Amino acid sequence: MNFRGVFAIYKFEMARTQRTLLQTVVAPVISTSLYFVVFGSAIGAHIAEIQGVQYGAFIVPGLIMFTLLIQSISNASFGIFFPKFTGTIYEILSAPVSHLEIIIGYVGAAATKSTLVGLIILITSGIFVPLDIMHPVWMLVFLLLTAVTFSLFGFIIGIWADDFEKLQLVRLLIITPLAFLGGSFYSIDMLPDFWQNVTLFNPVLYLISGFRWSFYEIADIPIAISLGVISFFLASFVIITRWIFQTGYRLKN
Amino acid sequence: MSIIVSISKLSKTYASGFLALRNIDLDIRQGEILALLGPNGAGKTTLISIICGIVTPTSGSVRVADRDIITDYKRTRAMIGLVPQELTTETFETVMGSITFTRGLFGKSPDASYIEDVLRSLSLWEKRNSKIITLSGGMKRRLLIAKALSHEPRILFLDEPTAGVDVELRKDMWNLIRGLRDTGVTIILTTHYIEEAEEIADRVAFISQGEIIVVDDKVDLMRKLGRKRLVLELFEPLRFIPDSLSSYKMELKDGGRYMVYTYDVHSERKGITALMTDLGQAGIRYKDMTTEQSSLEDIFVDLVRRKS
Repeated sequence: MNFRGVFAIYKFEMARTQRTLLQTVVAPVISTSLYFVVFGSAIGAHIAEIQGVQYGAFIVPGLIMFTLLIQSISNASFGIFFPKFTGTIYEILSAPVSHLEIIIGYVGAAATKSTLVGLIILITSGIFVPLDIMHPVWMLVFLLLTAVTFSLFGFIIGIWADDFEKLQLVRLLIITPLAFLGGSFYSIDMLPDFWQNVTLFNPVLYLISGFRWSFYEIADIPIAISLGVISFFLASFVIITRWIFQTGYRLKN
Repeated sequence: MSIIVSISKLSKTYASGFLALRNIDLDIRQGEILALLGPNGAGKTTLISIICGIVTPTSGSVRVADRDIITDYKRTRAMIGLVPQELTTETFETVMGSITFTRGLFGKSPDASYIEDVLRSLSLWEKRNSKIITLSGGMKRRLLIAKALSHEPRILFLDEPTAGVDVELRKDMWNLIRGLRDTGVTIILTTHYIEEAEEIADRVAFISQGEIIVVDDKVDLMRKLGRKRLVLELFEPLRFIPDSLSSYKMELKDGGRYMVYTYDVHSERKGITALMTDLGQAGIRYKDMTTEQSSLEDIFVDLVRRKS
């Protein structure tokens, strides 16, 4: 194992975060605060408790998961797309690093960044609403598992994308709508029967539901199913990434 | 001299169907400077890219220090440094950050004094904390060399290292390359500047249409394939070469003001003495005479023409 090689990639990617500190850390804090001002105080004050949880507190897991998904995908996709775009990918391809080591470096850094942002949002939320995390270990498991899984997805998007438009396409047109409609701001019990059934096809629902369970022990979906869905995504993305490296898809001629 | 890179029956066909390399066989000797010469699209960069792991070969094999580049890629790549043709750099990174990254990527522990030596040898030490975006084109070129050297490679590939570089910097780079060769580093460079190969290469390989046409010691090549020309500047322009001189391989140039006699460099009898006598008998007088030896470029153009 080329640990120094893995660390070099990881450190290089993390250094980019430092250069873009405002965008990476401050922006999510501000947007989260705005969500709490709008949904927590202005609108939330007129919404009754959901399954015994105050509305402002209810949306915290959804907000964290929502940002975690977007950040994981953005960080990882940009991390691998940029060297492809500038041509510096030659250095990674000609270095004595295995496919696994490349993935650990890039995906590890992206997952670290998004997890940190998730935790920052959690702390920021604590300023606005009383937080009660009933299963902190499970909360961390969901947080890390989702960060790694969707960073891997972002890595795949970054390799697939051959221009900046494609890089944003999946995040803006697929992930963001799914995250909004996956129960970030409501319980699916609040929907009519038809839309409840439609929502069951939204994979993000399972992530948010499981994560919310770790906070308040309330869930739209049984916890085991949520874990199973995340594991399924992780396994699928691992298989796709393996295929990419085996074939050299959009990396090697 | 032992063989450090051994290429056997190497072929590459791209997905578009373009056949970039056809059955290349080439041995690169340890500690030499080998120049790969060829026109655009000849396959030089593809060949280098395969050895470095950037392009996947279609068939054939490459061994570096007797290890296969695919099955034992970690060991072979650790020995190789690559300076790419394009100025591809991490725009927002600093010079030091970029070099430290490369050294780490190749599994080497930090060595501040070695990195300082490399940066000083390339006149980049003063710029170590500057962002790459602020560097000039020449500095970026030197940075790419510094990055390639940062992990102490035994083999260095330079793909068009002096493209777009001014004369002074080019000479500095030649000195650097010679210095590296003296420390035992094997250097393979592709270049469009044939005089560059003539200046610094020990051996030369000509590539055309994905095939190696010839590989030889530079001096031997120029001796074997080179020709000499005797150019006579005439007092009176000639309209045609007299019959009495038809046995010589001669031609008139510049409206008959110059007479050019081409002869084999290593033939036993070059016939110059006889030519001088015959010229006198033909009543042809000349003001001046010069001799020219064909350059590597002449040899290259001649070989490519013969091949096509």
